[in-house]
Amino acid sequence: MNFKRISVLTAAATAGLMIAGTVQAGATFDAVKKKGYVQCGVSTGLPGFSATDDKGNWKGIDVDACRAVAAAMFGDASKVKYTPLNAKERFTALQSGEIDMLPRNTTWTFTRDTSLGLNFAGVNYYDGQGFMVSKKLGVKSAKELSGASVCIQAGTTTELNLADYFRANKMEYKAITYDSSDETVKAFEAGRCDMLTSDQSQLYALRIKLTDPNSAMVLPEVISKEPLGPVVRQGDDEWFNLVRWSLFAQINAEEAGITMKNVDEMLKSADPNIRRILGVEGVKGEFLGVDDKWAYNIVKQVGNYGEMFERNVGEGSALKISRGQNALWNKGGIQYAPPIR
Amino acid sequence: MADASPERDSPAKPRLLSDPKFRALVFQIIASITVAAFIFFIVRNTLTNMESRGISTGFGFLDRASGFGILQSLIEYNETSTYGRTFLVGLLNTILVSVLGVFFATIIGFIMGVLRLSSNWLISKLAATYIEIFRNIPLLLQIFFWYYAIGFNLPGPRQAMSVGDSLFLSNRGLYIPAPVFESGFMATGLAIIASIVAVIILARWARKRFEATGQLFHTVYASLAILIGVPAVVFFATGAPMHLDYPSLQGFNFQGGVAIIPELFALVLALSIYTAAFIAETVRSGIQAVSHGQTEAASALGLRPGWILRLVVIPQAMRVIIPPLTSQYLNLTKNSSLAAAIGYPDLVAVFAGTTLNQTGQAVEIIAITMSVYLVLSLIISIFMNWYNAKMALRER
Repeated sequence: MNFKRISVLTAAATAGLMIAGTVQAGATFDAVKKKGYVQCGVSTGLPGFSATDDKGNWKGIDVDACRAVAAAMFGDASKVKYTPLNAKERFTALQSGEIDMLPRNTTWTFTRDTSLGLNFAGVNYYDGQGFMVSKKLGVKSAKELSGASVCIQAGTTTELNLADYFRANKMEYKAITYDSSDETVKAFEAGRCDMLTSDQSQLYALRIKLTDPNSAMVLPEVISKEPLGPVVRQGDDEWFNLVRWSLFAQINAEEAGITMKNVDEMLKSADPNIRRILGVEGVKGEFLGVDDKWAYNIVKQVGNYGEMFERNVGEGSALKISRGQNALWNKGGIQYAPPIR
Repeated sequence: MADASPERDSPAKPRLLSDPKFRALVFQIIASITVAAFIFFIVRNTLTNMESRGISTGFGFLDRASGFGILQSLIEYNETSTYGRTFLVGLLNTILVSVLGVFFATIIGFIMGVLRLSSNWLISKLAATYIEIFRNIPLLLQIFFWYYAIGFNLPGPRQAMSVGDSLFLSNRGLYIPAPVFESGFMATGLAIIASIVAVIILARWARKRFEATGQLFHTVYASLAILIGVPAVVFFATGAPMHLDYPSLQGFNFQGGVAIIPELFALVLALSIYTAAFIAETVRSGIQAVSHGQTEAASALGLRPGWILRLVVIPQAMRVIIPPLTSQYLNLTKNSSLAAAIGYPDLVAVFAGTTLNQTGQAVEIIAITMSVYLVLSLIISIFMNWYNAKMALRER
């Protein structure tokens, strides 16, 4: 039961806070290095972001964020253990040290960044909140939804955006708040609510879970900015740097045209930018406290950002989400990483 | 005490350390100090660690605007209300479920407990089956069952079942007309209060007269006449200052009227049926604890079976029933926190759920929530202990 889980987690968090000594810089980095794997907090099952496949392996871009860090640190992307968390549990789990990083389709907001003792290391998916309705309703725009009942997952920024949107447009709504996204789908399917609201990427993922995905449609309105990214605890800049630059390495690799397939050939490239990214010359991995080949390992084992995107949520997946805002800055999107030099 | 003046009959002054009273006192003081120091250490350490990790602390968040909506609220609430207000909304929703649950569980439990002892084989076995089934299935599953079985199988609002265009039943809940009081309703309200007072006085008078003279008075009929008659006369005399607000389908949902949402219905149903199974067993054991000789003696006096149960058996059984009944009420109240599973906006869902996640102040919020359940439970306990003392055997 979720309440029990929350209680246990909170109790664990409180106990952790009670007993833990003072925080040392580098504590997480050293602890992860010592135990030999990254403890990764993921969702309880959101296709494309973090979900298990039919063989029980975790897949998704959030999962790949952890795998990239493991590749950079240990040279082995498989050195990751996963902790599935629902939206309400996630921050407590990270604060208490139960997990090392939290890439769990989590929106970067002011309050979360400043008051939870946490830091967002980057944005691995630019999202926005949308609505899914049953085609039977014959609704074409969210503006026609006044008075509707809305199914929603508890403990998300979605709850606040929904309230803001309806208030701003002077519309009424009734929010029915469930613990997990699976329950929102069940309730939506049973007609308990007229629409389901969540981040657009999630709506496509949840639509696949419907008995008849074609019976529902996602409305065109995007009502919020939802930059999703990996979160770490404050107070360990080494660890923060590693998580942040693991993502930047993937984006830089895509920009430089380095892929999983050609990465070995690229080692011989004469392009100084590529040589720097792959650790052949110039910058050293020791700045991050890892091997010089850290970025090579990420690209070799996890792929560049574009490959990761297409494999998990793009054309190579059931979701078929287009790159949109998540295209590179020089290809019409806003994904941008500082240079590796 | 140890420092008392020397006693004449004791040959030597006993040494302080070997005085058992003194030693007991010392050890109790040491134990209390240790516990207090431990609590102080834990609290201080928690605050220090939270501060050093940049986690905000304190209760200032209760004054901040919440910014989210709540499905069901017994008091005025909207998105601009404070987190303190969401706490109240959640608390009232929890109390609502608990009160309704206790009410229905008691009724169902007493009926089932009595039926369980029926001399009719079929009735007794049916009650036994009910008890064994619902007592032995986890409550959470029962809540899901009623929610999915009832809430999800009703028609949508546009195909709602209706009774005379005033009652509507759909998967959005049961909508009933809401009374809207107009300015002159005050007189009727006063009349209701006055008639309640009158009935209490009447009942006391009738009881005194019965004890003094043995004459029975039809208190029930007289009370009903006063309770209904007086307010009705006043109501119509002042020109019926009330109308009904009928629910009507507008757009996606019904507007107006009072809604009983399926989440509330499923939760109360599951809690009542589950707890009633335990109460039934308590009632059965209470009744069986009354010696059969009492029943035989009562029937030898010529009392009818209904009277025997009401006047002889139940009053004595209550003394056995009330203490375990208190535990069941406490269980029901605490079990209502399972509401979060089906989206009913109780304290745990609204406050220890959404509010916790929006503010991130887990320690404070969980502490408040735990205190609330503690206080609720203590209030129930105090009330039931008072009732128990009132029902206890009084020697005359």
